[in-house]
Amino acid sequence: MLWPCKHPCRKTNRKDLRKINMENVLFDRIRKELEENDIVLFMKGTAAFPQCGFSALVVQVLSTLGVKFKDINVLEDNELREGIKEFTQWPTIPQLYIKGEFIGGCDITREMYETGELQTLLQDKGINIAA
Amino acid sequence: MAMDAGTIEKLILEAIPDAIVKIEDLRGDGEHYAAYVASPAFEGKTRVQQHQMVYQALGDRMGRELHALALQTSVPENK
Repeated sequence: MLWPCKHPCRKTNRKDLRKINMENVLFDRIRKELEENDIVLFMKGTAAFPQCGFSALVVQVLSTLGVKFKDINVLEDNELREGIKEFTQWPTIPQLYIKGEFIGGCDITREMYETGELQTLLQDKGINIAA
Repeated sequence: MAMDAGTIEKLILEAIPDAIVKIEDLRGDGEHYAAYVASPAFEGKTRVQQHQMVYQALGDRMGRELHALALQTSVPENK
């Protein structure tokens, strides 16, 4: 709840307040997704039909590892598309989260997969992967 | 909207002066680049934090003028 406020609101214009309010609601929604799902991938398109090569690559890595993940298509929701960048402080999509922790985008995910760090991280967090 | 490799390198070096930067124009279209950035400043930082430092150097150009930047960061081995 933003109203009533204890501090003088007149200095903050309505547009700012709307933005803050929107971010609160959106960030709560993101947090909820991260709590409810072990692996969350914010991506362009869906796991079945990725619409960007970088997103497709992360889907491929996760599928190869045989782990279940929740795909969230940011192309369907412009607010989320911008909001997730603010939330993570990361300027690009895809964004991979494992057990609520931001792992990285396409480059880091691929690098970690190639070095085996991703596999270790998943196992450490109690997520089974395909051998 | 495109950006030349020199500008990317300059922006990164302004923010991380001791970095060794190598930029590759992946498709020759001035839109898809790969950047390799090595710097002692990355020491003790996670990959996410290292990449965030480079993204910060590029400011809001990332995702606008700069369509795609494949990023690889490292700490130089022989300091």
